[in-house]
Amino acid sequence: MTGVSDYRKQEESITLAPVDAQMDTATGDGEPAEAAGTETELLTLNMGPHHPATHGVLRLLVSLEGEVIHDVKPIVGYVHTGIEKTCEDKPYWKVIPVIERMDYLAYYFNGMAFSAAVETLMNVEVPPRAQYLRVIHMELNRIMSHLVWLGTSALDLGAISMFWYCFRERETILDLFEMSSGQRMHTRYIQVGGVIEDIPPGFETKLRQFLASMPTRADQYAAILDRNEIVLRRLKGVGAVDAETLLNFGVTGPLLRATGNPWDLRKAAPYCSYDHFDFRIPVGTSGDNYDRYRVRLAEIYESVKIIEQALDGLPEGPYITEDRKVALPPRHELATSMEALIHHFKLVTEGFRPPPGEVYYPIEGPRGELGCFVLSDGSGKPARVHMRDPSFVNLQAFPAMVRDSYIADFIATLAMLDPILGGIDR
Amino acid sequence: MPDAPGLELIAQDLRDNDPDSVLSTVYFRERGTLIVNPAAIRETLRRLRDSGYGFLASVHGVDYHPEEPRLGVHYELLDMTEVDRLTVKVRLHTEAPEVDTVADMWATADFQEREIYDMFGVIFRGHPDLRRILMPEDYEGFPQRRDFPIGGEPVLFTHNEHEIPRYYE
Repeated sequence: MTGVSDYRKQEESITLAPVDAQMDTATGDGEPAEAAGTETELLTLNMGPHHPATHGVLRLLVSLEGEVIHDVKPIVGYVHTGIEKTCEDKPYWKVIPVIERMDYLAYYFNGMAFSAAVETLMNVEVPPRAQYLRVIHMELNRIMSHLVWLGTSALDLGAISMFWYCFRERETILDLFEMSSGQRMHTRYIQVGGVIEDIPPGFETKLRQFLASMPTRADQYAAILDRNEIVLRRLKGVGAVDAETLLNFGVTGPLLRATGNPWDLRKAAPYCSYDHFDFRIPVGTSGDNYDRYRVRLAEIYESVKIIEQALDGLPEGPYITEDRKVALPPRHELATSMEALIHHFKLVTEGFRPPPGEVYYPIEGPRGELGCFVLSDGSGKPARVHMRDPSFVNLQAFPAMVRDSYIADFIATLAMLDPILGGIDR
Repeated sequence: MPDAPGLELIAQDLRDNDPDSVLSTVYFRERGTLIVNPAAIRETLRRLRDSGYGFLASVHGVDYHPEEPRLGVHYELLDMTEVDRLTVKVRLHTEAPEVDTVADMWATADFQEREIYDMFGVIFRGHPDLRRILMPEDYEGFPQRRDFPIGGEPVLFTHNEHEIPRYYE
């Protein structure tokens, strides 16, 4: 060893201090580098509207102060398709397929909110079996939505294996949806007055197999993520916002529950016989990203419990209301009954006419309060349909979550917000 | 939900303070609605917020065409301790659809009022950033109004971009 090499000497001569500071050092007054006239400048960075990590076509204008986020402006509307306007041009029963495509991960919830609003308008009684079938499918949908959220969020943090695991379970749920309705997505299963069809033979066995495996799978997800250094660094203590601020922003759902506020419409104002089931509302403590992750993961277990109870106690009886003015008559009646044929013809060609009035019907979607407003003017088509979509409202709280945090945590916080752009833009 | 007499009591409380605030009440399907004078909307909502309806669940616009006044803005209030919902609505004429903003009282109203402006053309006085939110910024007209036709708008593709009038403007 004969001292340092020429290369090492050359390398050590390079200093990374700012040019001004180097000049100061050269003059020999020895001031620290910060004092030598450094300036802060805001950098405006455009993210999107096609960033793959934003869960849709979201555009974010970020202004940065170094690595720290100064402010964020979400710009939305890139996938606005005017679904609310389209609804005004369709008979009530044809609105359900388009409205399901708003929040494309919560199609049962969209269908349920709309159907329940129309049922309230018309004072239609939903048979108990239909309510239980709705609960089973909505909770399956909730698990499915949380699985997509977990998979894509982990993908945002660089864990691609989580994505495959979550989508494996999601596939089983989509198979179940296909069994009961014929479609994997946008099933049009929930109808005004009930559901479109009873569950087929074999559905229950397959569902019970899934329910038996799902908690174990969720344990495995937690085992992968809970001790992962990268995940913990991005989630723990990051993006915490207190409950009061969130309520002011109108935020509901897992984001609010992560702060410790147990607001859940399934418990607070039970609809669709949710009061028949025994389940708990998972809450967090500090409202940071980690709590948001844990709350959603815990909700998967609770949904499994609800589905098990609904399957055990599934009442006998009709799966859709017997009111022939609202629901189609059974197929076999068409061959023998003139009445049934007339009802069938009237319902398919024109649909039903709810009395004039307006109703706002809120339910608990996977992302928070999903409310459907329907105005009827007495005709066969709704005069106004509006969806209070939780993603649209929750997005407003995003700047408050990321302000003064590092740009590296930005995508993780956005992933934990779980926005669905189909629901935001409608 | 407040029952029908409860709704009248709320309305009476508000009228005691300002006789012109509540124009009428509607009780339909076990939900109460207060129809409020647009000039008194901020004061009414502030009183309701202080009396417990602290959460603004939704703000949305409605077009009651052909009734007059045509436009409506609905505020869905929620009392989270009593689990009680109340709808407050104002009716506005299309000639001067203006109402005070509540975005400073509830931050959630920001995007939702922008959406109503975008879709119905209601101007929210004092709103911090009243721009279109879902439609393009240079869009003309308010598409959710009932007299706005559906369809008929050419879809822009590369093959027809030169044929669409005023595309470059």
